[in-house]
Amino acid sequence: MTEYDAVVIGAGHNGLVCAAYLAKKGRRVLIAEAAEIVGGASITREFAAGYSVSACAHLLYQFHPGIARDLELEKHGLELASDDLATIALASDGHYRRFSGSVVTGNGLTQKDISGFAAFHEQMTRYAKLLAKVAGRRPPKLIESDWHDKLNLAKIGLDIRRLGRDDMRELLRIGAINLFDVLNEKFTDELLKGALSVDGVLGAHMGPRSPNTVLAYLYRHLGDGFGTSGPAIPRGGMGSVTMALAAAARAEGVEIRNRTPVTKILCSAGRTTGVKLGSGETVEAGLVVSNADPKTTFETLVGFPELEAGFSRRVHNIRARGTTAKLHLALDGMPEFTGIDAIDSGARLVVAPDLAYVERAFDPAKYGEFSPAPIMEITIPSVHDETLAPAGKHVLSAVVQFAPYELKAGWDASKKSFENTILATLSQYAPGIRDQIVASEVLTPWDIEQQFRIRGGHWHHCEFSLDQFMMMRPAFGATQYYTPIDGLYLCGAGAHPGGGVMGLAGRNAANEIVKREKTT
Amino acid sequence: MKRYDAIVIGAGHNGLTNAAYLAKAGLDVLVVERNPYIGGATVSRELHEGWLYSNCSYVCSLLRPEITRDLELPRHGLQVVPYGGGVTFMENGDYFASFEDHEAQLREIARHSVRDANAYERYHTDVTKQTRLIRPFLLRTPPDPTSFKPRDIKELLFLAKAFYHLGEETLNDTFRFWTMSIGDYLNEYFETDVLKAALAGSGIIGTALGVYSPGSAYVLLHHYMGDVDGTVGAWGFARGGMGAVSGALAKAFQSYGGEIKVAAEVSRIVVKNGRTTGVALANGDEYHSDIVVSNLDPRRTFTVIMDESDLPADIVTKAKNFKIRGSSGKLNIALDGLPTFTGLDPNSRLMIGDMHFSDSLENMERAYDDWKNGTWSKKPYLDMVIPTQTDPTMAPPGKHMMSVFVQYAPPKLATGEWTDADRDAFGKTVLDTIGNHSPDFKDLILHVEVRTPQDIENEVGLTEGNIFQGELTFDQLLFNRPFPGYAQYRGPVQGLYLCGSGTHPGGGVMSAPGANAAREIFLDLKRDNLVPEAYADD
Repeated sequence: MTEYDAVVIGAGHNGLVCAAYLAKKGRRVLIAEAAEIVGGASITREFAAGYSVSACAHLLYQFHPGIARDLELEKHGLELASDDLATIALASDGHYRRFSGSVVTGNGLTQKDISGFAAFHEQMTRYAKLLAKVAGRRPPKLIESDWHDKLNLAKIGLDIRRLGRDDMRELLRIGAINLFDVLNEKFTDELLKGALSVDGVLGAHMGPRSPNTVLAYLYRHLGDGFGTSGPAIPRGGMGSVTMALAAAARAEGVEIRNRTPVTKILCSAGRTTGVKLGSGETVEAGLVVSNADPKTTFETLVGFPELEAGFSRRVHNIRARGTTAKLHLALDGMPEFTGIDAIDSGARLVVAPDLAYVERAFDPAKYGEFSPAPIMEITIPSVHDETLAPAGKHVLSAVVQFAPYELKAGWDASKKSFENTILATLSQYAPGIRDQIVASEVLTPWDIEQQFRIRGGHWHHCEFSLDQFMMMRPAFGATQYYTPIDGLYLCGAGAHPGGGVMGLAGRNAANEIVKREKTT
Repeated sequence: MKRYDAIVIGAGHNGLTNAAYLAKAGLDVLVVERNPYIGGATVSRELHEGWLYSNCSYVCSLLRPEITRDLELPRHGLQVVPYGGGVTFMENGDYFASFEDHEAQLREIARHSVRDANAYERYHTDVTKQTRLIRPFLLRTPPDPTSFKPRDIKELLFLAKAFYHLGEETLNDTFRFWTMSIGDYLNEYFETDVLKAALAGSGIIGTALGVYSPGSAYVLLHHYMGDVDGTVGAWGFARGGMGAVSGALAKAFQSYGGEIKVAAEVSRIVVKNGRTTGVALANGDEYHSDIVVSNLDPRRTFTVIMDESDLPADIVTKAKNFKIRGSSGKLNIALDGLPTFTGLDPNSRLMIGDMHFSDSLENMERAYDDWKNGTWSKKPYLDMVIPTQTDPTMAPPGKHMMSVFVQYAPPKLATGEWTDADRDAFGKTVLDTIGNHSPDFKDLILHVEVRTPQDIENEVGLTEGNIFQGELTFDQLLFNRPFPGYAQYRGPVQGLYLCGSGTHPGGGVMSAPGANAAREIFLDLKRDNLVPEAYADD
């Protein structure tokens, strides 16, 4: 009799969700977390004296409401400082576009674009609802399918049919193509198109012309399928989400050990027997659940000698090229964005003036160079949450693309010039911002890999694209959360449905484990 | 004016194929062609005295063998000579050779990388599986997935069954293959830049996608699914140029009693009370028929030779949104003799195959970036052949004809329309690229014809000069081609059909769209179907 039924590797949000659900089902669970604190890439961190920021993920786009309810996250301290945030597309001359739900406003927008956007938003929401259902279930196998899979497939087929003929045809037409073409079909306003294209390329190694971006757009808008109309900012930063999850997990009896890196997943005769810790200690368990990315899980923790050659090759071929950087600024006052009222500075601000700009920002990433004119998603969470900065001061957190993990010139040599590039771009929209900077921090994908232990620094763990979607995620042989090693499961963003602080990968994995390991 | 059973607009290879099947069934069929010669983009033309240029399409593989056999094309003069193999020149002076012979290919790859030679075995097996999967669908009408008609459900089941037989793992690979970029796909197998570049060419030819654009792996398949004399994936030269293909089709058509009028430009498809009644020519003539088949691309059919008021509004929008992007140019060159290439034995068999000058995926992707920015590629991807080495009918004795396909060239430049100076500069870029690897090439040039996408549109009528009559992306494949709801060759007006490459299964000199459209017409006329649906070898 071992002490634990299951060891979860990593206390990221999915690891915590998975552990909590397993514990709810009566499993004795240990979470081994390498870092000082729980949270993985969903943490709040003081990056300058008195200034804290959500260090990796910085907005709650699509956290699953069912999980929040099941785990009583409110009771465990989760509070939103703001939700249903509007998105504002910045222009250097101040003629912004403001998106809120299905409403877009801004000087000079044509009526056709305004009503076109409402129709587009509603149609995308219908598709997002469909995708949300798919995301909440185990991805089906198509041929070696059991009755769960068959039922799931039938449900998907029925849901697609239920869209009605026109919606169904449009989904089958645009589902696998690029946002560039779809946006150009529907809209004329360049700033509007630029801003919308960001939702298809955020976190991805793709430009708006890359097929797959429509799917990525829908994924980013899963929240619309859950009933929200924009991202949310939790009070205390993204760390408070994982703190609440940790509290919920502990309340179910989960034990969490911080500063406890797992160095090896132990296998014997094709079955996991537990994990080895950095301290040299071995923890025995019949179940090991990895919240680490698939490459780390299989290449580093399991090791290819334990795996069949074909599967090893598939893992090796998983595409996980991080191209996203983070910028954190401590500011000694409220930055002024040209044309934007102070009240709207709390919105999600986007730098993406037109489609060609976004595509051009992506091009250098293909060749191992960073964008000379990057796109950005900016938040100033201290507008909503005074706990993050001293009174009257502010923090700015921005996702900056594109910055490839494999930079030809090397990140050590290039980081400073990259930071200058970002600040120069930012200054075009907030001219005085450089003088307000008290401290700054840039995280390249390389930094993200180091600090958050995600191979390639890719926040989806693996690229979110059709060839790594559903029954192809992360790779054949590990697509339904279980793996070629009996007793070893995946519960992270590399598994279906993918990244984003949503929790579904963790919950789906827990359901699958309970289903498959009834005898444990 | 005379009344016909069917009128086909455009004497391209698909128009002729369609007309030939209809005539074979005993219908009285007229083909009207705008140009004073037939063939559309499948032509041989003497544009320099003594030289025949295959001046648009230039090699043959995709033409469906069922059709060749049915219409007895060899009897009507078609002879396809396989060439096999090719060569990709490298910037460092070396080259990478492609061989039809598998063992020879492995030895050549091993010369660059032993690891890649091993991987090539897997690659070859994997891609062949995909080819085998798709070939049976080429001569079938795509089902409408939103329909509950027995025929559509039956066809969907046929599709599902084909996929089901793959097994879970291969099915998984298939989905990945269809959705990946050719660059990513090749990176999974290989480490050698030039090998990847040599294989990736088929993923971008004729397409406004880069080697790193998801979806380009499918385009590769589109170039692999043909055959010459039963050798799947092989390519060959039509003796006498590609005009021999359309010539043989025309002869077959005429042998069934069909009539062709050239220099007869259709200005309007006449529609009365929601059905076609015939066509009106630019010269004022009118021909009547209850069936009008358009070999023109969907954009041109619905927005140029039809009245908006005759069409449902959504069709006009769909036609305007149809992605038919010019991305390719062409040079046809008359040569005083056979050029030599640095590092290549002039007697090498590789001289007979196609030659390429892009030795890395990065160069190819950058060539695409140029296109996106509204200019021709500064380092273009070239697919170059000298068919006169095996076919002396196309040039005077001892002289040669060279065909150079160029990817990428935009239909319109960032600076505006193409000017003569632009065309010259574009041509010079291409000639310089070849000249860099052939010291005597430029001195041998007697005549050069440079064709921009704009030129191709003006001459052949393909919108933007898109050689496939529409991009081969998922929004325009299978039941989405050309538009969702209109993939079964019928237009939105009764009696109107589409038979060009803008319909399933797409472009290339395949003749499948023309044949498939004929099958639908037979169905509507309640006549026996003469068009085969399957091929014994598949």
